[in-house]
Amino acid sequence: MALTRDQIAMRVASEFKDGDYVNLGIGIPTLAANYVPDDIEVMLQSENGLLGMGPYPTEEQIDADMINAGKETVTAIKGSSIFSSAESFAMIRGGHVDFTVLGAFEVDVHGNIASWMIPNKLVKGMGGAMDLVAGAKNIIVTMTHADKHGNSKLLSECTLPLTGVNCITRIITDLAVLTVADGAFHLTERAPGVSVEEIAEKTAGKLVIPEHVPEMVI
Amino acid sequence: MSGFDKVVSSYADAMQGLTDGMTVIAGGFGLCGIPEGLIAEIKRMGVKNLTFVSNNCGVDDFGLGILLEDKQIKKMISSYVGENALFEQQLLSGELEVELTPQGTLAEKMRAGGAGIPAFYTATGYGTPVGEGKEVKEFNGRPYILEEAITGEFAIVRAWKADRYGNCIYRHTAQNFNPMAATAGKITVVEAEEIVEPGDLDPSQIHTPGIYVNRVIQGSFEKRIERRVLAK
Repeated sequence: MALTRDQIAMRVASEFKDGDYVNLGIGIPTLAANYVPDDIEVMLQSENGLLGMGPYPTEEQIDADMINAGKETVTAIKGSSIFSSAESFAMIRGGHVDFTVLGAFEVDVHGNIASWMIPNKLVKGMGGAMDLVAGAKNIIVTMTHADKHGNSKLLSECTLPLTGVNCITRIITDLAVLTVADGAFHLTERAPGVSVEEIAEKTAGKLVIPEHVPEMVI
Repeated sequence: MSGFDKVVSSYADAMQGLTDGMTVIAGGFGLCGIPEGLIAEIKRMGVKNLTFVSNNCGVDDFGLGILLEDKQIKKMISSYVGENALFEQQLLSGELEVELTPQGTLAEKMRAGGAGIPAFYTATGYGTPVGEGKEVKEFNGRPYILEEAITGEFAIVRAWKADRYGNCIYRHTAQNFNPMAATAGKITVVEAEEIVEPGDLDPSQIHTPGIYVNRVIQGSFEKRIERRVLAK
């Protein structure tokens, strides 16, 4: 069975290590905050200028001056810090954020990512995505393996305008966990009950399949 | 003699000198930390063909979005736009030009502009449409693109507390682009939630030193929330 959005988020959260500073993009990545293992601490960075983002506020806590990068009302945890946008992107660009998790339209075998623009549709902008993919030490892309018409999102070459080049090394989809290296996708795990054949069929770019592909533990 | 006293008593005084075709750098992220009264004054003045450097362009009836109603904005330099129908309409009809800029690059362009650095290299945007036509240079085996700084004839900023000398403190994530915007205007106008006397703010806690600030006005704010999300 293909993973649900929450199951993808659970698998993402299992990558976090105690003491990691993590930036989560909008969508499935944000859900990963709900599944951080109890025995570790991670600190969430929100690129509008908050390190130590907490949960959504209660009615009493709500504050117009306290929002996240998705412009949603939010809280700050004890020990958080708040700073300017320049400071925020200094820590991103400077490689101080341990983990970035973001969605994508396409990823290719060179580690290129397209996530912000579909030509001939209204372009709203890249926000902080280009800075994040250029700066983070570890980037995980979360997305469905194929679009709703069954077209693979894991390609030989991205077809859409890029967000960043040679920057993606790990992908977690609803079907599989893959690494990107040496001009190929490398299959490392498959979703429970999903066959290697189905993954191969839905991966357009070169795919390296090891002899044994374990099922994900979720 | 007013010395370092930068407080003005009317919005007309605060925005005096803004004319057609100027570039205005604005603090704020979404509707958070925006100088609401200064934007309203620009609308009242009716100046046109403005270029705005701001992360976003407000919503249809609030923030910079209200300047779209009378087509006062010619160009936006932003990282994310289109939360407003009017914006989309003017963009598609060609009345409005947009220069999409990565958020961190936008912040750094303002910071560099205010700090007297004309340009800087960044890896952000290399190999993407943002990097097209820009100089590329390799450092330690990695390619970077040259991005130019931004300054404006005016900068408009919202502070939480400002003293009469223009020293500013921002509140929570309403800080965002405000400190960089404050440095990058030839005339920087601060709209403050509260104006205090010199000495009332702890000098070591000040975010924007008064040297960057030309005018301070007492504001009153609606502080509209763009996306109200509550704990489940």
